[in-house]
Amino acid sequence: MGLLDKEFSDGNIVITKTDDLLNWARLSSLWQVGFGLACCAIEMMATSASHYDFDRFGVIPRNSPRQADVIIISGTVTLKMAQRIKRLYEQMPDPKYVISMGSCSNCGGPYWDHGYHVLKGIDRVIPVDVYVPGCPPRPEALLEGLLKLQEKIRNESTVKKSA
Amino acid sequence: MKNDEEIFEILKAKFGDSIIELNAKSPFEKVIVIAPLKIKEVSYFLRDDSELDFCSLVLLSGVDDANGEKVELEEGFKGIQGGTLSVYYHLESINQKQKATLKVSTSRENPEVESVSDVWRNADWHEREAFDMYGIKFLNHPDLRRILMPEDWEAGYPLRKDYRNPEFYQGMKVPY
Repeated sequence: MGLLDKEFSDGNIVITKTDDLLNWARLSSLWQVGFGLACCAIEMMATSASHYDFDRFGVIPRNSPRQADVIIISGTVTLKMAQRIKRLYEQMPDPKYVISMGSCSNCGGPYWDHGYHVLKGIDRVIPVDVYVPGCPPRPEALLEGLLKLQEKIRNESTVKKSA
Repeated sequence: MKNDEEIFEILKAKFGDSIIELNAKSPFEKVIVIAPLKIKEVSYFLRDDSELDFCSLVLLSGVDDANGEKVELEEGFKGIQGGTLSVYYHLESINQKQKATLKVSTSRENPEVESVSDVWRNADWHEREAFDMYGIKFLNHPDLRRILMPEDWEAGYPLRKDYRNPEFYQGMKVPY
């Protein structure tokens, strides 16, 4: 749960573990790379807009990968684009997370057989933390994906290696 | 406003053997077939003649006719030898309110067509796409490079009927 549970009664001191503090800070301000690929990007923008309001989870689009924590692969990844995405990912500072949004970036989607130009899954190029299914996923699905990622970050440890 | 037969007769009278036939088999539009190395000359006439006045190239597209001989090149893979690749030109005249469809056919082994990018400027990118997808070489094109596929794509031309995707591109596995 949140840090405030461990508050003393006078309200001025909070005790916690370093892991919990770092994880809480990380998961509460996941800045994403402002980067969209195809129709999924429209849903991603809808999620950012006022009705679904990504910002309430601390997700803000950043225009530079060097200032971002998470990249949402939102759409069809062509072989030509895959090389650029890899470079974007490598430019992000650690710790960094990847959400694969929609069938295309999960596994190639409708281009699985005849798409001579499509990479069949972004996980062939960069490691993925959360897969969001759908074609395209509704904003609720993307929000659920983000909550799953927060759950993952909440259980991380600076000493123990993650699986 | 002229119909396809009238346009064909005008071209036939002017260019003779370069105009091969009027193909009326298609249910939609009659196609005027032209020799591939004369298309630029004919295009200039179609654009500049006051009665024809085709000011706009609506569409230029490549087609793999796949009318060659199917040959088993390797175990389980059939390539196509011989036959033709074609280019279709859809023209429209805004002032004269008329349309025309042209076609040139060229050999699959050495596909060469005269470029019309000097006649209609938008043909530039359309021809680059036809080159990218079918490998049709447009002679005297100002900048004939791939337009959609990566520049270092070595696996051939993806919309040809006997195209095969490579196993790997830049270390990435391509098939599903």
